[in-house]
Amino acid sequence: MAETGVQSAHIHERARAVLRDARLQDAYQSSTLRLYGKRLHGIEGVPGFERLRDRGQAIKRDVIEHLDTYVDQFAASVERHGGQVHWAATGDEVCAVVREIAERAGVREFVKAKTMVGEEVELGASLAAAGIRALETDLGELIVQLAGDRPAHIVAPAIHKTRQDVSDLFVEHLHSERTTEPERLTAIARRTLRESFARAEMGLSGANFAVAETGTIVLVENEGNIRFCTTMPRIQVALVGIEKIIPRLSDLAVFLRLLGRSGTGQKLTAYTSLLTGPRRPGEDGPDELHVVMVDNGRTAALADKVMREALYCIRCGACLNACPVYRKIGGHAYGWVYSGPIGALVTPQFNGIGSARELPFASSLCGACREVCPVRINIPDLLLHLRAEAQKHPAPQASQGAARLERASMRVWAWAMQRPWVYSLGGRLLRLAQPLLAHQGWIHHIPLFPVSGWTEGRDFPALAAKTFHERWKKIQK
Amino acid sequence: MSPQKLRVAFFVTCLGDQFFPDVAECAVKVLRRRGVEVTFNPDQTCCGQPAFNTGYRDEARTVARRVLDLFNDADYVVAPSGSCTTMVRVFYPELFADDPKLAESARQLGTRFYEFSEFLVKVLKAQNVGARFPHRVAYHDSCHLLRELGVSEEPRALLRAVDGIEMVEIKDYRLCCGFGGTFSVKFPEVSVAMGQDKIEAALASGAEYLVANDSGCLMHLASLIHRQGAPLKTMHLAQVLAQT
Repeated sequence: MAETGVQSAHIHERARAVLRDARLQDAYQSSTLRLYGKRLHGIEGVPGFERLRDRGQAIKRDVIEHLDTYVDQFAASVERHGGQVHWAATGDEVCAVVREIAERAGVREFVKAKTMVGEEVELGASLAAAGIRALETDLGELIVQLAGDRPAHIVAPAIHKTRQDVSDLFVEHLHSERTTEPERLTAIARRTLRESFARAEMGLSGANFAVAETGTIVLVENEGNIRFCTTMPRIQVALVGIEKIIPRLSDLAVFLRLLGRSGTGQKLTAYTSLLTGPRRPGEDGPDELHVVMVDNGRTAALADKVMREALYCIRCGACLNACPVYRKIGGHAYGWVYSGPIGALVTPQFNGIGSARELPFASSLCGACREVCPVRINIPDLLLHLRAEAQKHPAPQASQGAARLERASMRVWAWAMQRPWVYSLGGRLLRLAQPLLAHQGWIHHIPLFPVSGWTEGRDFPALAAKTFHERWKKIQK
Repeated sequence: MSPQKLRVAFFVTCLGDQFFPDVAECAVKVLRRRGVEVTFNPDQTCCGQPAFNTGYRDEARTVARRVLDLFNDADYVVAPSGSCTTMVRVFYPELFADDPKLAESARQLGTRFYEFSEFLVKVLKAQNVGARFPHRVAYHDSCHLLRELGVSEEPRALLRAVDGIEMVEIKDYRLCCGFGGTFSVKFPEVSVAMGQDKIEAALASGAEYLVANDSGCLMHLASLIHRQGAPLKTMHLAQVLAQT
């Protein structure tokens, strides 16, 4: 069974465990570097790619600033084409809506495309409890499901699994022959999945984009499973995060060019589906279309004028691949379904800062994420903003002592820094105490929180014998 | 030489003052060599970044306000740090966003506040500062300098003009070294692992010296190198440019 809820408080021990695991280090390092390189290669020679990013940002800003209008327009467009719109304020409501649709149709098992919103609301576990089975049809999601894991990456959920891991999982759960060849592993998965598609009565997907003017659900993928999920079964369900809306069909020309290239370096993914309404008389396709509009913390995020910028995200995963911290600690350390820099933003946004207080600090603020973001979200700046929010909320029980000490030392520090004589006196006192710890200009261990963390893996330089303030008297002319 | 002498108020930074006064003295020496008149206001302490970086905005504001006052009259302020320059130029206006008067004075100061290498190249139009340093050197881009201020060519141009120097680029030179301010003590294990990669890349490049413009990164890297006894030295750009 996959873990549930927000587990971000465990980021420190999880990060340590991943750092010690050579296999995971290799998996994360090689996969992120490969995807990062593919993106660079993919945008090379695309004329006006930077202008495309400007355009993407501008459209998303417009959508988020006027989301109420666009949401209503989208819902009306869906209904105009014969789709049914459901509104879900929380994760539980999303699961309840899907369960009701399934139960009314007598569905006990359905095929499911990769959807991060589905992960977010823990749809699979919730429906399983009601006796309804979700069959993952995305290869990566299938691997994650068989392993009882959560996705470790927004775009590549099984990024942390090696070929050997996948082989073991398939032998154990799908009773397949033992092989580590990617082609044969894919063939095994395909064999299993085809049977599911053929008998499924209901298919569920997310939405990469939802077009307000036409009510169109846009889905991009490389495996073709989403097209099966959305077109073969009698009932089609789409979970749409309300921030996924784009105003016009013509805006797709911007976002499709940005998404594929940013995520995997592809000009376009292998399949791009534009689905508008259920089937019309004489056409193929589902009899029913249910669109579930998912809030689950998004309107709360919208209330913060600064933080709402994080809702521009189109979930390409580029910031994860670029992030030197993600490369080291991997996806699960972040403790929820979204990881990396964007996960550090949306996890506290959607769940409240109290449950993910550590996440905004899990960044060196290097800005590599902003450099690759297709819609130019100022991620490091938003992380700084969230840090300030975090300090307004009480720390979890276990780290309250440390938090109090940090706050007190910051107050003392600010008091001293406003008084040059205190600053100077403090420096002199530290220099008097320093010989107790320093040896030949270096300190091996500082037993004082929070600096003690520094000397875990590094030495600490001793203070200079004389400050520049003192030396200036000699060198000034 | 410029016809009239430029006056520069030097901002030493708290790290520079307490740990690396040599770096600061070298920066002053290079500025003077280029005919600049350097002043130093002894009332200066810190720019406030440690508090800002950790989310203590009220504390950061009280410290930052002093900096606005201290350098109100300065023609130019120069700091041997990309990160402290970023604090003033990029983050002060954000910090004082709710107070239009202070925000404007922060914005004003930002236009006169320069990082050392940026000032040499952009304002003094200098590249060759008459230094000699016959060693193999790799330059490390500190993130604030690179991505917030967009300064990466200036320090390289200054280094290339140094007599006898051999420049090498290290693999993934744009990658963060893992310092990150309070990140270095809040996530020490991750910070160290990132620094480790940087040191290995520098060693692989064959560099004798790893040069950067930020005392934070340099302190982190030197601390790791010292713990491990790695055959690599760190230097601030100002120290290289002061060598003759």
